[in-house]
Amino acid sequence: MPQRRDAAIVGIHEYPLRVAPGVSSLQIKAASAAAALADAGLSWSDVDALYDTGGDQNIGGLGIAEYFGFKPRVIDTTYVGGSSFEFQANHALTMIAAGKCNVALLTYGSTAHSDRRAIGTAGATGMGPATFINNMEDPWGLTLIGNYAMVKSRHLFQYGTTPEQFAHISVATRRHAMRNPEAVQAMTDLEFVGVRDITVNDVLESRLIAYPLRLLECCMVSDGGGAVVVASAAAARNCRKKPVWIIGTGEATKYRENGGDITVSAGAQAAPMAFGEAGVSPAEIDVLMAYDSFSITVMCLIEDLGFCKKGEGGQFVSDGHLVFDDPRKPALNTDGGGLSSNHPGQRGLFLLLEATRQLRGESTSQVKDAKLAVAVGNGGQLGSRHATAVTILAAD
Amino acid sequence: MAAPRPQPRFPEPDTQPFWEATKRHELSYQTCNTCNAVIFYPRSHCTKCGSRDLTRRVSQGAGAVYTFTVIMQSRHPAFAELGPYAVAYVDLDEGFRIMTNIVGVQDPIRDIQCGMRVQLRWHDQGEGQLALPMFEPA
Repeated sequence: MPQRRDAAIVGIHEYPLRVAPGVSSLQIKAASAAAALADAGLSWSDVDALYDTGGDQNIGGLGIAEYFGFKPRVIDTTYVGGSSFEFQANHALTMIAAGKCNVALLTYGSTAHSDRRAIGTAGATGMGPATFINNMEDPWGLTLIGNYAMVKSRHLFQYGTTPEQFAHISVATRRHAMRNPEAVQAMTDLEFVGVRDITVNDVLESRLIAYPLRLLECCMVSDGGGAVVVASAAAARNCRKKPVWIIGTGEATKYRENGGDITVSAGAQAAPMAFGEAGVSPAEIDVLMAYDSFSITVMCLIEDLGFCKKGEGGQFVSDGHLVFDDPRKPALNTDGGGLSSNHPGQRGLFLLLEATRQLRGESTSQVKDAKLAVAVGNGGQLGSRHATAVTILAAD
Repeated sequence: MAAPRPQPRFPEPDTQPFWEATKRHELSYQTCNTCNAVIFYPRSHCTKCGSRDLTRRVSQGAGAVYTFTVIMQSRHPAFAELGPYAVAYVDLDEGFRIMTNIVGVQDPIRDIQCGMRVQLRWHDQGEGQLALPMFEPA
């Protein structure tokens, strides 16, 4: 079966600032939309489909089209946390293939840093709505980082994975960040203690935030945003840059279950659908853009997407396998990731951006002859309820 | 005195009976009379088959730590001054998994392991108040 060529990413933009005081998330979206359309060689009036998480100023799907000034034929406000953008790109492919729209715009903007949001360490306030979930989880003082730490705890126990092995994920990602001027600027502006390459020992000696997760295994909290333009094959052929085709998609959700295996993410269910549709295997993937909220998220996604067997991720990540200039595939998070480049709360859009740069040959840590990339978003919280989407991309 | 912990809020019909029962020190769960599934968190339907024919049961309170974390940094005023504290999923012997705190240990990082047997210990919050089901080493 030939790979599908129905829709492609034709325009991208990453908002360069990670500290952007006095700017709203909507303004970041509008600036990024204009830049991504210019990157594609398309105009504001070409957009006929709008994908948005709908959270800004609580204006939802009703307000966002008006804010931009679009009259979309398709509007989709799927929101499942940080992986929303992979879900949206997948949905854009489906709607374009069905002939419902031609040019889809996905945007993201956030001022999490300037708002001083304590995303990882705040815990439940006890002031939220009365829900069946809040009522069973709020009293225990679990933080977001603690939620992911429980997955790492079980991974260490169940598979004998070591803290050193986990640390390699942070080390490889930082190496890529140090080659990316925007990531270096981000770490500088966010006052990282050391804006330099890090070692396994640096990770192991950084302070515990929620045992067994340490500071250098946790993503930053930045401002930022960006935009992606997805276009039909016909529209893509007239764009300024070479199209990056969406060739396979898969989506799944997972939650706390009696007797469930917390070390297995929803990626295990989403991946076979995506790889099956694309007609490729994990071994063929050149670049893996895996949502790195924390080291454990990457470990689970590498295993659950089938880059190695379940439980063998520790060995897989610990032999220098992940860096862009290692001949073995895949390279991991070549922009510097959420750990060291950009994480304003929902990182999924950036996975698509860097995967596209790689397949265009535009990355600051360019993988030689990169032909295939995977963006895998994980939203929600890995240790309780989350949603994973896989988007497989191919160079023209 | 530390700020109070975040509390369950009502009305919330699915979880209210569970919390009312904690005042009597009953840790309750449900089973399905149609397919025998164990249901937790509390619901009015079976999450395996959709049946609404459920039986409410009371747990013996014995189980094992499935996984845990030790929170070193929390911004919430109820927990910020507590020092390191353990949050865990505990698998009860009756077949349900609860989020909880592990208490009664000196050093939570050293003294708690996945798989460790634990026993229910109620954390009372005052006369007529909801009690919180916590666990300590068995």
